[in-house]
Amino acid sequence: MTDKLQRILPTVQKPARYTGGEYNEIQKDPASVRVNVAFCFPDTYEIGMSNVGMRILYGVMNEMEGVWCQRVFAPWGDMEDAMRANGIPLWALESGCPVKEFDMIAFTVGYEMCYTNILNMLTLAGVPLHASERKGLENMVFAGGVCTFNPEPLAPFVDFFSLGEGEESTVEIVSLYDRAKQEGWTKERFLEEVSRIPGVYVPSFYEHIYNEDGTLKEIIAKEGAPGKLTKRIVEHLDDAYFPTKMIVPSTEIVHDRANLELFRGCIRGCRFCQAGFSCRPVRKKSPEVLYRQAVECLENFGASEITLSSLSTSDYRGLKELTDELIPYCEQSKVSLSVPSLRADNFSRELMEKLQTGKKSGLTFAPEAGTQRLRDVINKNLTEEEILETCRNAFSGGWSNVKLYFMLGLPTETDEDVLGIADLVYKIILAWKEHGTAKKRGLRIHVATAFFVPKPHTPFQWEKQITVEEYLRRCRLLKDHFYSKSIDYNYHTPDISRLEAVMARGDRRIAPVLEEAACLGAKLDGWDEYFNNDIWMEAFRRCGVDMEFYTTRGYGEEELLAWDPIDVGVTKKFLLRERRQAYEAKITPDCRSGCAGCGANCLLKERECDE
Amino acid sequence: MSKRLLFEKTGNGIWISHLDLMRLFQRAFKRGGLHLKHTQGFSPRAVVSIALPLSVGVESVCEILDFELVGQDDLGFDEIKTRLNATMPAGIRVLEVYDSDVKIKHLTHLACTVTLEYDNGIPEGAEEAVRALFARESIVLMKRGKNGPVEQDIIPMIRSVEVSALNAQELLLDCVICAQNPSLNPAQIVAAIEANCPDHKPDFARIRRTRVLTEKGEDFR
Repeated sequence: MTDKLQRILPTVQKPARYTGGEYNEIQKDPASVRVNVAFCFPDTYEIGMSNVGMRILYGVMNEMEGVWCQRVFAPWGDMEDAMRANGIPLWALESGCPVKEFDMIAFTVGYEMCYTNILNMLTLAGVPLHASERKGLENMVFAGGVCTFNPEPLAPFVDFFSLGEGEESTVEIVSLYDRAKQEGWTKERFLEEVSRIPGVYVPSFYEHIYNEDGTLKEIIAKEGAPGKLTKRIVEHLDDAYFPTKMIVPSTEIVHDRANLELFRGCIRGCRFCQAGFSCRPVRKKSPEVLYRQAVECLENFGASEITLSSLSTSDYRGLKELTDELIPYCEQSKVSLSVPSLRADNFSRELMEKLQTGKKSGLTFAPEAGTQRLRDVINKNLTEEEILETCRNAFSGGWSNVKLYFMLGLPTETDEDVLGIADLVYKIILAWKEHGTAKKRGLRIHVATAFFVPKPHTPFQWEKQITVEEYLRRCRLLKDHFYSKSIDYNYHTPDISRLEAVMARGDRRIAPVLEEAACLGAKLDGWDEYFNNDIWMEAFRRCGVDMEFYTTRGYGEEELLAWDPIDVGVTKKFLLRERRQAYEAKITPDCRSGCAGCGANCLLKERECDE
Repeated sequence: MSKRLLFEKTGNGIWISHLDLMRLFQRAFKRGGLHLKHTQGFSPRAVVSIALPLSVGVESVCEILDFELVGQDDLGFDEIKTRLNATMPAGIRVLEVYDSDVKIKHLTHLACTVTLEYDNGIPEGAEEAVRALFARESIVLMKRGKNGPVEQDIIPMIRSVEVSALNAQELLLDCVICAQNPSLNPAQIVAAIEANCPDHKPDFARIRRTRVLTEKGEDFR
């Protein structure tokens, strides 16, 4: 007879995402496995399988003898309903075993709006939500990823966090667990030992005390617990593990292609960008290693597309060498090479022309702000002339599709800055009228504005977020100044960005709100189909937590911040200096024009930053 | 002459959709170092053609895929099969590779089995009722058409249905049905039972394509 799950599969959307069995999936003999790790991605299969970090760590753990790392994703709503109706607990794809039977449960957290998915997945797995309710070594929940640079909203639910890059620390953590399990340690003993691994943060070892005005007064570390938690990095990326035998999904995923990471960190220092600061110092892979990995990846994947990824591809020092080798290879093997995040410099233009064989995809810019003054404030070193010059070139080359991304609500923003966006768009239209060659097709300009979210570990970490009403007013103001029919204007839903701000800079008092929201049914909050602001408002109300405290209030420079104990390399002193520079609309040149002294180089022991 | 391969789609492979399966094969050819002929056009695409799209959730041991390689004429059929099977996901397996100039239009019929699962045992009289149902002169069902639901008589599209009890809980229907022009989705056989024998509605039904046939009832190759 057909089992329950096989009977459910015909009734849900895209059933292939729930069955595993893809080519290159890792199967192991359960008898040879001492530590089972359920690696959970708190979003759907399509999103999770597109995540390079997850693919790397999946490989890292499965390379370990006696360790089997299996994948778990958040089910879509139809599957969740069926699971609940049939009493099927959340399972891992490789073995089909329930998550509850796993030794360790790992989460990678890259987006604040997936916090409720973490809670929902634990609930669907039948694992107690609170770390304190999980008494033994089994079901040890740990988490990493860029959001865990302020892990406090998740503190009560997670046993420990692994901060920074996981290639090395994950091996140390899982090996320690292996020993703990064999020697029959208590959970307390394991947590004590694991907290000695650099980059590991055990939230239960710290107590947060608040002032009467609600600000943080003190963070008391339990005896022996480190006062400062420094993120881990991999110094030599060339030698670091990189999975060239990657799982090939049998169903379509978001980024359905091979993916090559050029370098980590960023030399630019856009003041709103969390990744730009928290992923420093800058470390690159050599073009030779990348070429080899690209070929191995492609041959193993059978992909028809490969993308070069990084925070700012044009800043990769070996870009010419790499593409000189890679372009001919790709042409010969009928693979399309995509190079996103190019800056508008000369080499990039040449490269773009080389890559354009036939298809003309759109041109995308992220000026983020409409006036030069505000772009200087945020240190986005992209000038109007650069944008227009690139557009002119592209238009005369036959392009007729431009995407522009901006933010509204940036610090010091005035209506003049908002209208500066309309002005810039107008100038692009004029450039097209003058230089466009494919006039028949007509020009399409897509403009999108996001609602600025201040993030921890950036120079804007203290900033106010403007109110939702004010954001919408600015959106309308902008909209009223778009006169051309060529413009499609979209703006982000402010409710999500406001919540994102709360989660990003939240402290432990946000945890009960998360739990309440999850309990009320919040899940897949990053998806329009599921996001329900009313649930969240109700959760904040029930918990008596004021959102404004985390959004429109703004944080004091003297204030103790929930993420202060976490050291991502960039010093608070530097962030403050950058904040001052921002208010004076002074730019800080990129790292190659002169080291700005952010402090992240101190994380390197054996080499120089951006060497 | 274009090449043809016979493959099976079983186990968890049955949940892979038709479009995903095309991409899966394109990638498997690439992984195997087999150079598929590409479309000549604005965005060249590797050409693979799967004869009769299989519904998601239906098992098959007789799927047909046509392809052409560029160069590589010296490659043997077994070599192609081995290379493809080396990188297949669970449930997809190439059974045979061969040359064929028999046109797909000659694939007119399908043999399939429909297994009706009754969790509490096969109800009394179910076997007879199902047999009697398919002996009728017509069974009219509603079918989704391009302009909304349309009535369709499925009997002309059924060549034969043999009913037997597989065990105490499963009733097996061995069917031969029309594959093209018009084609009958075997799920309609289950739908016919659900609509006409409500007392004998199964708890679950599994469908498996077993053979692809020509008009004469011979194996299509």
